[in-house]
Amino acid sequence: MSELGRAALFVCLALALYATVAGVLAARERRRRLAVSAQNALIASFGAALVASVVLVVALLRHDFSFTYVADHTSSRLPWYYCLSAFWGGQEGSLLLWLLVLSAFSAVAVFLQRRAQDLIAWVVPILGVTGTFFAFLLVAVTSPFATQAAPVEGLGLNPSLQNPYMVAHPVALYLGYVGLAIPFAFAMGALLSGRTDERWIIVTRRWTLIAWAFLGIGQLLGSHWAYEEVGWGGYFAWDPVENAALMPWLAATAFLHSVMVQEKKGMLKVWNMLLVALAFSLSLFGTFLTRSGVLNSIHSFTEGSLGPWFLGFICFVVVGSLALIRWRLPLLRSKTKLESLVSREASFLYNNLLLVALCLTILWGVVFPMLSEAVRGEAVTVGAPYYNFFLRSFGLPLLILMGIGPLIAWRRASLRSLGRTFLIPAAVALAAAVGLLAAGAGSSTPGKIAYSFSAFVLGSIVLEFVRGTRARRALTSSSWLRALGQLVSRNRRRYGGYVVHAAIVLLAVGIAGSNAYDSSAEGKLRPGQSLSSGGYSVTYRSLTREPKGNHVELRAQVDVYRGKSYLGRMEPGKNEYLAEQQISNEMAIRTDFLRAEDLNLILDQPNTDGSIFLKMLVKPLVNLIWLAGIIFVLGSVITLWPDAREQRRLVERYQAARTFSRA
Amino acid sequence: MTTLALVIGAFVAVSAVVYVAGPFLREPAVEGRADRFDELEPESRRALELAEQRDRALAALKELEFDHRTGKLSDTDYREQIGPLRQQAADALRGLERAEQ
Repeated sequence: MSELGRAALFVCLALALYATVAGVLAARERRRRLAVSAQNALIASFGAALVASVVLVVALLRHDFSFTYVADHTSSRLPWYYCLSAFWGGQEGSLLLWLLVLSAFSAVAVFLQRRAQDLIAWVVPILGVTGTFFAFLLVAVTSPFATQAAPVEGLGLNPSLQNPYMVAHPVALYLGYVGLAIPFAFAMGALLSGRTDERWIIVTRRWTLIAWAFLGIGQLLGSHWAYEEVGWGGYFAWDPVENAALMPWLAATAFLHSVMVQEKKGMLKVWNMLLVALAFSLSLFGTFLTRSGVLNSIHSFTEGSLGPWFLGFICFVVVGSLALIRWRLPLLRSKTKLESLVSREASFLYNNLLLVALCLTILWGVVFPMLSEAVRGEAVTVGAPYYNFFLRSFGLPLLILMGIGPLIAWRRASLRSLGRTFLIPAAVALAAAVGLLAAGAGSSTPGKIAYSFSAFVLGSIVLEFVRGTRARRALTSSSWLRALGQLVSRNRRRYGGYVVHAAIVLLAVGIAGSNAYDSSAEGKLRPGQSLSSGGYSVTYRSLTREPKGNHVELRAQVDVYRGKSYLGRMEPGKNEYLAEQQISNEMAIRTDFLRAEDLNLILDQPNTDGSIFLKMLVKPLVNLIWLAGIIFVLGSVITLWPDAREQRRLVERYQAARTFSRA
Repeated sequence: MTTLALVIGAFVAVSAVVYVAGPFLREPAVEGRADRFDELEPESRRALELAEQRDRALAALKELEFDHRTGKLSDTDYREQIGPLRQQAADALRGLERAEQ
């Protein structure tokens, strides 16, 4: 069946190429049938990519080792769900996933906007050229359908990828990365067609939200995977792969805020175009980082087949989009100006500057080792202190801005109004700071600041909901609950956004708590010996070894106590994978929901004499990070929920505009 | 298996060609203006711009009202800002009326 996979990819390449060339011709000469034909080609490319993907999935599930990709990433003992996730476990498969998601999103975006012919005419070739690039890579550079004489057994899947979170995490991330191609295509389509009115913004905002939500969910799933699987008790290490997903998320966050200023005030049009281009370029850069081999060494990048193509395409996207923005500057000039430095739009501007500054400092931290290796022959890596410094420098002001922004009115606010609206959140923040000091949690200054700021933001969010509901009640005389429902449903973006802000606050509290107030202990233990930290004591009992499926489980039996009360048994250990001939750490986690903390046990070293080297970590408030993920999803869904009133208003507006030309 | 692959492959390729050629197969003899897609004329673009200005001003008025009601704006601030916003909305509406005439 590999021939079918190859043929489907070739058809996909031909269709994407046709969509590009025919799309440009149709848009330039306003040829209706050719434009529809180009759109159809883009939609059909999804069908071809789907056929290719099905071929690979079938080969993976059937353990068809005549496919080199299947033999390199699975084994006959691998459970079926990890065989499925091996689809995106290697380079060729993950690029095929990129193409599949891109063609699916392109088909949906083109189908939904097919009535706006003059705008969509230029969107098609932009999406077509991106699809052509990925299909070309899969056809000519790195094919997932390369075959060989089938070996008896495959090499298996990297043990750290044999985790439920790794089934979902890459897919969510790819939905995010690829989703950013749609806003980029609409932005560039708007520039090429000269349709720089609000339409592209409205389409783009929704797609950016989808991509941004998936990037956020993907990162949280990845953090949870790292927390569970990597076995060091952390969840984020400023690894370039993690940074690769964080950077486009930050750029998209900046865009989602600044686009509101464009909608409300008609300002920041050039800035928004730049942000869309930056977010998509960073999503390509993220894929380049993880797939080109550049992270291992700058030399492996130049020796590898994929890197130069990727770098070339990123340069093409960056230079092309900057040239287009430059060309259309006269259309993008704003007619309104910032009325006051103390206004909602000004707070969005400050938020944007901080987000972009954080994004660019992370980018510099990622590219610096590559540049230093290219120039001096030696990679100088940038460590966590560099990133943590900038996270504190830009992150804490961003946190407080989340609380300040919603309290300030649009256009301008007087000091008198500010004093009145800030009073309650400021009092909440002060009470939190005093409470922390009284509870003896004042040892960490960044932790104390983060908690006080978080209290301020939460106070302002609650206040916004209360004041809004009260105002709604005064208008409609309905119950509190009904008024709250009406408030949210009439302005989903604003109140969904506040829910997301609450999630970010919980995330900040979780990160600050688990880093600033954590405790740990480690030591060599013989059966019966104990270790204590953070109010817990653990006693090592025995070591067991048991074959399970495609691996052997090694587990230490450890009894856990808090004071004198017995809390139960935990089993930290290691898995020895047979086909892969690798060992993975299997950390044991005990979650205390009432105290919102985790006790983690890591079996660092099992010894032949029955003793072990055990590490225990107590992570206060770490669970708030995962709770933040659930609230983030809730807020994103509220924000994304279609607004029929807005749709009706837009339809009326465009129909009226078209009537003008006919009149 | 190879035959099945060939059949599926051929089906995918032929379906794609038919689908892509669809607009020309359905309307083989269309030429000139009938084969042009709609594009906004300059007067429509101007009307669209005015409609956006009108909607923006009306939304801003609603927002101002809400901010005042929720206590974010004092009475003085509210009175200061409502005039220029009403003016903007009225200008946009007048512009649209003029364009219609």
